[in-house]
Amino acid sequence: MNRYLLKVVSLVIGFAFLYFPILTLIAYSFNDNKRVMVWKGFSFRWYGKLFQNEQIIEAFVISIKIASLSATFATILGVMIGYSLTRISKIPARPFFIFLSSSPLVMPEIILGLSLLLFFISSNHLIGFPSSKGQLTVLISHITFSVAFVAVIIQSRLSSYDKNIEEAAQDLGTIPNKIFWKITAPVILPSIISGWLLAFTLSLDDLVVASFTTGPGANTLPIVVFSKVRLGLSPEVNALSAIIMLFVIMAAIAYYFVNRSNIQK
Amino acid sequence: MTLLSAHGKVSPSIFLMNNFLRKQNFWFVFTPYFWLVLFFFIPLALIFKISISVSEWGMPPYRDLLDFSDGNIKINSTLSNYAFIFSDPFYLRSYLNSLSLAFTSTLICLLIGYPIAFYVAKSKESTRNLLLILLIIPFWTSFLLRVYAWKVILQGSGIINAILMKFGIISEPLSMLYNHYTVVLGVVYTYLPFMILPLYGYLVKFDLNLIDASNDLGARPLRTFIRVILPLSLPGIIAGSMLVFIPVVGEFVIPELLGGSDKLYFGKIIWQEFFVNRDWPIASALAMSGIIILVLPIIVFQLMFAKYNFKNE
Amino acid sequence: MSSSFLEIKDVSKKFGSTIALDQVNLNISKSELFSLLGSSGCGKSTLLRIIAGFEKPDSGKIHLDGEDITLLPPHLRPLNMMFQNYALFPHLNVKKNIEFGLKEEKFSSSEIDSRTSEIISLLELNGLEKRKIFEISGGQQQRVALARCLVKKPKLLLLDEPLAALDKKLRVQTQFELVDLQYKLGITFIIVTHDQEEAMSLSDRMAIMKTGKVLQIGNPVEVYEKPLNEYVANFIGTANIFNITKLDNKYIIDELNMEVDPTNINKKFKKCLIRPEKISIKKFISKNTPNQCKGIVKEVAYLGSYTKYLIESNGFKFYSYMQNSEISEELKIKWDDLVECSWKSESVYFFNE
Repeated sequence: MNRYLLKVVSLVIGFAFLYFPILTLIAYSFNDNKRVMVWKGFSFRWYGKLFQNEQIIEAFVISIKIASLSATFATILGVMIGYSLTRISKIPARPFFIFLSSSPLVMPEIILGLSLLLFFISSNHLIGFPSSKGQLTVLISHITFSVAFVAVIIQSRLSSYDKNIEEAAQDLGTIPNKIFWKITAPVILPSIISGWLLAFTLSLDDLVVASFTTGPGANTLPIVVFSKVRLGLSPEVNALSAIIMLFVIMAAIAYYFVNRSNIQK
Repeated sequence: MTLLSAHGKVSPSIFLMNNFLRKQNFWFVFTPYFWLVLFFFIPLALIFKISISVSEWGMPPYRDLLDFSDGNIKINSTLSNYAFIFSDPFYLRSYLNSLSLAFTSTLICLLIGYPIAFYVAKSKESTRNLLLILLIIPFWTSFLLRVYAWKVILQGSGIINAILMKFGIISEPLSMLYNHYTVVLGVVYTYLPFMILPLYGYLVKFDLNLIDASNDLGARPLRTFIRVILPLSLPGIIAGSMLVFIPVVGEFVIPELLGGSDKLYFGKIIWQEFFVNRDWPIASALAMSGIIILVLPIIVFQLMFAKYNFKNE
Repeated sequence: MSSSFLEIKDVSKKFGSTIALDQVNLNISKSELFSLLGSSGCGKSTLLRIIAGFEKPDSGKIHLDGEDITLLPPHLRPLNMMFQNYALFPHLNVKKNIEFGLKEEKFSSSEIDSRTSEIISLLELNGLEKRKIFEISGGQQQRVALARCLVKKPKLLLLDEPLAALDKKLRVQTQFELVDLQYKLGITFIIVTHDQEEAMSLSDRMAIMKTGKVLQIGNPVEVYEKPLNEYVANFIGTANIFNITKLDNKYIIDELNMEVDPTNINKKFKKCLIRPEKISIKKFISKNTPNQCKGIVKEVAYLGSYTKYLIESNGFKFYSYMQNSEISEELKIKWDDLVECSWKSESVYFFNE
């Protein structure tokens, strides 16, 4: 009984700590007061303001665009890396390739951002590309740090499943060139999807690397939000937080139910 | 069926599994390889190059390493940037501040995260799935907004001060923001899921019979925990600690939003040297020494750990 | 020599410095059920993978039905393989798994349908067509794996430890089904197994392998009764093996210090084998005649249909198995009893390795 109590208490305190700030933010997004923390009454006022804020809306659109493109390219490259490392034995300078594909995972983002910015400036001096910093440079940077995360997911999936099924396909008459599309890709599809989702959130969430590599017309949502909350509080950002969190929670609940019915099947 | 053999010779290598997808093989390896060399390795090499360059006014604000101007090659490399940052206690202190922030918050994350991961992993399957979703939600929520939430809560007019004053515990609002304690709080809060999820991953695979076996052999619960559970979850502890420690060392956003002027951190210094002082060589030297001091040992460690894991399989 | 259906000639294979196969020669006839038997690392799986085409032999040739397939890639070989853990496609349902090979050969959809439904009813998989692979039992998975190969009507079916993943009771039942199926379809089967009982009960003929070499090829009776060497004798069943010394016109069993008489005295024999069930024991000591010795019972294991006794005689231990043909409690031989062991002279088998 004592141990049960310990369990409940740890879990309650733990989850309270995780959710208290999120829930407070959502609650105060409905506060009808310009001074964020003094409760005046319930209203949707800040949501209205938020949707009229062109800067935030534009940043949101840019962020979604970069995140989906970055996730797609990172997934393609990540699948290639995972496949190469688990299925192809003859890779020139294989340890160097492993080093390249895993070290973005442990590289502090401030160093990553700095190195990419210096690279873009030098490359612009040398060959005139990229012509200026902007959405393209942010996109390239996001792909670069997301690739490693996708590669890890794909690699662990590829090395955990029975390699015999690829041989079985060949034994049953599949020509070698088609095995990847007919067998490997469909089998690892769930990992490909979770890799894409992870890369998408990484891009959507990134502030530091984007701050280094951004240019005119490429202010992503985190950059705009950061500039708004750096020195003070913003009721519009409260409303934005509530919307984002609601969205995440809904996605999580949907995922939970889809998964649960899958298991029961 | 007999198509190939009827015509006689087939290159023996075409049917080896290792060599299948021969043409695609090339693109499968080459494309990401090329990308990573171009956008990850070369930029790092560039940081190294600039870190040993001589600073000067202009654009770019450093002198080229190789100078061809007099007809013969002159190398303008210097270690003075490194000498400078290691001789100035200001930079050293920022390194140490970042390291101690990373160490403290990793430890706190472990202490808070372990029981949560443990009890979630030990719950019944139906509850476990629900709790897992509840753990993942903060993980997927915007990092920036979760830091911002604490800024809202800890305000002078924030909810904590309001409660404390309502119950008469304090008469004046406490100023809780903008010091290194709030930075630790913010870091622990945002990085806690990175600790819990890998721990959970190891603990959930854990065979509960081992606990019974240990009890059966006469170990009391605490001894069981120390001698059986803890050593077996060590890989999870290491993975979680690395996921917290490494990014926190370079953390820039949390000190910027929640921290004050009492302590300066490594990430912030690089930012300032680059954007405010526009001293690229110094910023690069800082980044390089950051990599060498922090990241290199971790990579070596990881390689060793990967080997250990591989052997165990 | 070209009469054999599958001919494996001088096949050798090295992995780095380890020799996986060393000059292997095998001739397998059409519609034969042939087993490759050996402990792990003996090269039996490598040989199977070479026949399937997943590994290339360093030297040697493989002919199937008169055609040289040594260099043919796996997807073009007219044979199929059932993998150890079945290697069923997890993203496809039962029916799609079975159809897979036919679709790769671009058969018409009516042909695919009729052949698939035929094999589904043959293997009693009706009603499971729409199930995913992880939604059916181990025994059902085994049958799907079998169906997926058989639907292609291969000239040769390779089975890698086909029963290893099943539990004991199901395994015995499936053994008979497999033999039955092979007989019905007339397809040549090559089965890789490490389980000697399984090989004995399944095969028409079998090859016993050790460190890349084939030690003996023969039908189960030959291999059991007339093993070519001590390793085979020990690998198949339980063996009491004695060293023998030639003395004038007689052979002496060293361990028991007694005489045996081989039928062919001219050959140079070094060892002899007496299977435990060929040694009978009783409690009453009679006169000392040839082919019998005295011993003390050291262990008794009652196994229902028969009883195992460990006998010590002259400081050497050997086994005797006695059928429990009647309930005879009072005659039961117990620990530490003094017994007389005897055998017929034709039950002793002589060999020199």
